[in-house]
Amino acid sequence: MEKGHGHGNSYGMVIDLDKCTGCGTCMVACAAENNLAVRPDESDKQRSITWMRLYKVTNGKEFPHTEVCYFPRPCMQCDHHTPCVSVCPATATKMDYHTGIVSQIYTRCIGCRYCIAACPYHARTFNWWDAYFPKGKGLERYLSPEVSPRMRGVVEKCTFCHHRLMRAKNNAYAEERRELEEGEYITACTEACPAQAITFGDLKNPEHKVSELVKSRYAFRLLEKLGTEPKVYYLSTKDWVRRMADNYLPGEFKPIAKVKLG
Amino acid sequence: MDSALFPEGVKRCSPKVFLLWTLPWLCLLAWGGLSAFLCLYKGLNQTNMNDYFAFAVWIVFDLAVIALGAGAFFTGFLTYIIGKKELKDILNAAVIIGFICYSGAIAMLGIDIGQPIRGWFIFWHVNVHSMLAEVSFCITCYLGVLAIEYLPLILENRQLDKVKELRLFGHNLHGIMAVFAATGTFLSFFHQGSLGGMYGVMYARPFAFREGFYIWPWTFFLFILSAIAAGPAFTILCTKLAEKITRKKLVPEKAFQTLAKISGWLLALYMVLKITDTVNWIYGVVPRAGLAFMDFYREGPYGVWLVVAEIGIFGIIPAIILLVPKARQHEGWLITGCLLNCTGIVINRFVFTVVSLAVPVMPFDKFVSYLPTWQEWGIAFAVIGYGFLLFSLSYRYLPVFPRERELNPLSE
Repeated sequence: MEKGHGHGNSYGMVIDLDKCTGCGTCMVACAAENNLAVRPDESDKQRSITWMRLYKVTNGKEFPHTEVCYFPRPCMQCDHHTPCVSVCPATATKMDYHTGIVSQIYTRCIGCRYCIAACPYHARTFNWWDAYFPKGKGLERYLSPEVSPRMRGVVEKCTFCHHRLMRAKNNAYAEERRELEEGEYITACTEACPAQAITFGDLKNPEHKVSELVKSRYAFRLLEKLGTEPKVYYLSTKDWVRRMADNYLPGEFKPIAKVKLG
Repeated sequence: MDSALFPEGVKRCSPKVFLLWTLPWLCLLAWGGLSAFLCLYKGLNQTNMNDYFAFAVWIVFDLAVIALGAGAFFTGFLTYIIGKKELKDILNAAVIIGFICYSGAIAMLGIDIGQPIRGWFIFWHVNVHSMLAEVSFCITCYLGVLAIEYLPLILENRQLDKVKELRLFGHNLHGIMAVFAATGTFLSFFHQGSLGGMYGVMYARPFAFREGFYIWPWTFFLFILSAIAAGPAFTILCTKLAEKITRKKLVPEKAFQTLAKISGWLLALYMVLKITDTVNWIYGVVPRAGLAFMDFYREGPYGVWLVVAEIGIFGIIPAIILLVPKARQHEGWLITGCLLNCTGIVINRFVFTVVSLAVPVMPFDKFVSYLPTWQEWGIAFAVIGYGFLLFSLSYRYLPVFPRERELNPLSE
């Protein structure tokens, strides 16, 4: 196979839920990086545009046995037969087989929202209003020229900060390199996470840390049974957290026995 | 005042009474017009749809009217291809109802998409794997076919008929109508199916997902079958309503009976396959997704009662009514059977659209409820207003029912 030019990459993310504190920095960093519009009143969360969303889950037990965990949920960047790409009538969303990233072409999207209906992760949001960036609050000063803002009536979603991949590639080409080093391209949420709970890299590259992490016995994906093949993995040593990631019939979930290492 | 436009030898009400009759429908249209303006000008924030309910009341209405409008292609198929000549007496009405349903649905879809100006991208940037692309292609083409089927009837207007060229054109169109009936059948087969396929292919939504044959999920075939079972029943209902309102016999009973009988058989077959599909889904798709049947009905108002209503009360019962000759020959039972039949199909489309989206898939996700805004109701009801108006105008000025004159001889 031809080497270089991003052939055969499969970018993915591993989120260690045991490290995640639920601080929400990933959400803020994502919103700032990707020019996410805001509303004067953002209380209607079902219409809020969020590419990275935090879900708070608990083990359902009474105090003092209560445990809390946060599921940061970007777009899962499903593989092969993704639920959303196949349904879009106007080819406004595509999966790039060179990078594994599911893109959204805003200027082609007709706003039918079939992709939203098909995505079980609620990773896609619709622009119910015109994009709005309050003036005089400083927000307009950090709008990124690398990311196109979205117009009313189209669907948007996490792109794994695709513009950062473009930037990293440009830098590599300027240095006459074809391959990106690990860490040259990471998403804004990965960079911002103060607990370093997020690891990003090429799942197919054995030298990248993510390719090792996904082999962990504690690694799992959201709704894995549906066959969407997400490229976002989670890590948790807690059985009840892993149990939360999918639907199980009684007796179906197999807890991982806590074996002392060494 | 407008009597010169009436079909020959039939009686119509005075312009004043007609205007009064159209007023409520004009009001519905005005309400819809205002709602459409607000949705197009201000955006879909005028609705109560959200990122959970990406599809809502408009899609339910769309799917419902497209299924109910299936009477047009199916009556055409039965008349021209199968040779049920007695249905010629009701075919015009079926075509008008179909035209109303399809044009109404397309108009509603035009408002429902976030970027209506880009609607043509479906054709330009088509994704051939998308069921919605297939739906869009087929309903657009089929609306053209319906317009061609409607056109000869318009040209039969007493004044237009006097123009020799138009008369000849209309007669020639009549002559080749079998071709359009066949085209309509082909197109309808695929878009009715693709509407079902739209839900059946959503493999990450276990409530909607169905296995199937090759690329077509079972819902593809079930939607076709349910549409051809409900379409004729809706044609019967609309014609019976026209008879009640005009206080005239417009169509010979034989046409009603033929349609009702066919509708009954198709509904019975649909019920057998629907029950088989449901059982197959309960023991196949659902447990594979780690779920049990009752998990879908844990929260919210959409309980298991919907299954009982759809299959039992609005499925098996109307099938029995329409299949028993004595029952369907009784007008009250015929209307009841047709009403239950049509309601069942509307419930089916509602379940696939709204309940599919209301049921959370992620275990930690929440059930979200939805109620339409007045703008959403306005646009949905405008289709009903438009339907009444177009059918009334057609009835007043066009020879919709070819046997009307014979069945209602004028006294003088």
